[in-house]
Amino acid sequence: MTVLTLSKALNAGLRKALEDDPRVLVMGEDVGKLGGVFRVTDGLQKDFGEDRVVDTPLAESGIIGTAIGLALRGYRPVCEIQFDGFVFPAFDQIVSQLAKMRLRSLGQVTMPVTIRIPCGGGIGAVEHHSESPEALFAHTAGLRVVACANSTDAYAMIQQSIRCDDPVIFFEPKRRYWDKAEVDPAANLGAALPLDRARIVLDGTDVTLLCYGPMVRTCVESAVAARAEGRSVEVIDLRSLSPLDMETINGSVRRTGRCVVAHEAAVTGGLGAEIAARITEECFYQLESPVLRVGGFSTPYPPSRLEDHYLPDLDRVLDAVDRTFAV
Amino acid sequence: MTVDADGAVTAPGTPAGLDRPPGPRTETIQLLTPEGERVEHPDYPLELTDDEIKDLYRDLVLVRRIDTEAIALQRQGELGIWASLLGQEAAQVGSGRALGPRDMAFPTYREHGVAWCRGLDPTRLLELFRGVSHGGWDPAAHKFHLYTIVIGSQTLHATGYAMGIQRDGAVGEDGEAAIVYFGDGATSQGDVNEAFIWASVFNAPIVFFCQNNQWAISEPLERQSRIPLYKRASGFGFPGLRVDGNDVLACLAVTRKAMQAAREGQGPTLIEAFTYRMGAHTTTDDPTRYRLASELQAWKLKDPIERVKAYLVRTGAADAAFLEGVDAEADDLGGRVRQACLEMPDPQPLAIFENVYAGPNALLDAEREQYAAYLDSFTGEEAR
Ligand SMILES: Cc1ncc(C[n+]2csc(CCOP(=O)(O)OP(=O)(O)O)c2C)c(N)n1
Ligand SMILES: [Mg+2]
Repeated sequence: MTVLTLSKALNAGLRKALEDDPRVLVMGEDVGKLGGVFRVTDGLQKDFGEDRVVDTPLAESGIIGTAIGLALRGYRPVCEIQFDGFVFPAFDQIVSQLAKMRLRSLGQVTMPVTIRIPCGGGIGAVEHHSESPEALFAHTAGLRVVACANSTDAYAMIQQSIRCDDPVIFFEPKRRYWDKAEVDPAANLGAALPLDRARIVLDGTDVTLLCYGPMVRTCVESAVAARAEGRSVEVIDLRSLSPLDMETINGSVRRTGRCVVAHEAAVTGGLGAEIAARITEECFYQLESPVLRVGGFSTPYPPSRLEDHYLPDLDRVLDAVDRTFAV
Repeated sequence: MTVDADGAVTAPGTPAGLDRPPGPRTETIQLLTPEGERVEHPDYPLELTDDEIKDLYRDLVLVRRIDTEAIALQRQGELGIWASLLGQEAAQVGSGRALGPRDMAFPTYREHGVAWCRGLDPTRLLELFRGVSHGGWDPAAHKFHLYTIVIGSQTLHATGYAMGIQRDGAVGEDGEAAIVYFGDGATSQGDVNEAFIWASVFNAPIVFFCQNNQWAISEPLERQSRIPLYKRASGFGFPGLRVDGNDVLACLAVTRKAMQAAREGQGPTLIEAFTYRMGAHTTTDDPTRYRLASELQAWKLKDPIERVKAYLVRTGAADAAFLEGVDAEADDLGGRVRQACLEMPDPQPLAIFENVYAGPNALLDAEREQYAAYLDSFTGEEAR
């Protein structure tokens, strides 16, 4: 066991993947000598060479388009998109090409491409550096979408994503890159929780609080605060946003009868809407109150001096939790 | 206008040197040497009075002062981030002063010097970097578009704007043109290459002004191109040229000529201003991780301000009083920028809901009302 920041845990996971499989490549803007703007790929080019850790030209469509070609040739590219807001030049390659290649080839072509995207706000950045575009990808059939929330999961999930034969959009919570947790580099990856499973991070009996990525820490803190007021909140880190682990979600909601979904992304058309709809369809008679969503407003991400209003914080999460008891 | 159609390719395995003298077929247009010697170029005669050159010097010094102050403000936590233009003052002031009042400029996030030339109050620039707004100035008021952070996008906007100029019949004698700024890294983006094609086939009145500062964050130019960037233009069917980007006179001369050609209906030009990013990419970047200090030292000898100063002093055009006067003015400006930054009010929380749509929007109106009530539930009206 060793204690690592989330950024270092991802670095260790990438390193392990590069060691384990010579077909794994890391590619993106500034991932080589600089080690990425968040240092997630720090030192990898030095140790694995410029052929395997590639500083690409400044073109996101090119990064994903060539990763598709490399995958056709048997490689497992791990692409970095420098910030959430810069994935859109690659959107066509991801949505129209990467996601559909398997189907179009009637299963004969495999696209083991992992796309790492630092996501979310809270770091005081300028526009396009704080967005949460996960719903756009979860809406796209053929992609798996996952979000890590802590070092322990990050280390395993990045390796699982790279080994996965489907394309994986891998969201990293940028404001949690410096959070520390235990990582066990000796652990067998096979023993880790499967990539498509949610994790109950805090048991509770009164209400289920669903979250992922950067919101997990906020929600755990909210649950601890709620406990002081005598309310038992079960916190679930979804981890997989597509597919959703409805078994774990439904199991919890059927026990608690109440549910809040929290994410940074705008609530309109967000993951919370999909989850609430499914819970309503599958747990309707066990629900004591409507499933509530707490998230960003239906506006573009605001300038950073206002981001604390936009991002759901402990108070807004607790407010939503309280409202599920108001009915 | 000289079209370089030779398409010379740097031999494989010899990356385009960063600080190497340009190869034999790469002509760099220069009118003022790093030592401050005035040189002539047959295609770019430039008649400037001493006062005009002194004005350019003043611009350069003031623009650098704005930049220095902004870096200090960021260090003190007053700005979230700052993208320094250090080293690129001449490229920006030279090109910016070549524009007429009706020409339209499209910047990246680093064009503080062009903003200055367009008459935008420098404190407006701080809003974006402080996190108070996403820019917020009126692009039409100073004919200076908002900063664009997504690399390369603005090249298409500028091209479309130029197509609008054509449709308005504003090409010809006394015509208008657009100029778009972008970096060496940006030349790899699809958008930029599409803009070249659009501008070319529609013969749009636009100047593509590429500040090749040798770096795209940590990636050197050879990650983006095997040939000098200006040579790309010939493949798209319009002229390209390279200018000494640290020579304010040459930047002024080539941009004037290219803008005039565009205004008159001769179509686009690509100007590659060969310069150097002397500072970090932004205040969060650490260039010691990827480049040598000796490179910076070499470029310091080509400083865009020092050479103008040397020229002014040697020719006797400027005396000590003038130089001191400019420095004093720069200090005043720095102080004004600082004060405006410190006094800049934070936006009101409910401003989040403003300007998303042209008019009322039921969804947003409901969210605004809900959030206002939520804020009031804590501390009453003053929370807003
Ligand atoms: C589409 C997109 N991808 C990535 C980035 C992150 N980024 C910001 S600046 C930059 C380098 C730009 O280099 P260049 O075009 O040479 O301009 P310079 O910063 O040197 O002025 C990168 C990769 C971005 N802003 N937009
Ligand atoms: Mg550059």
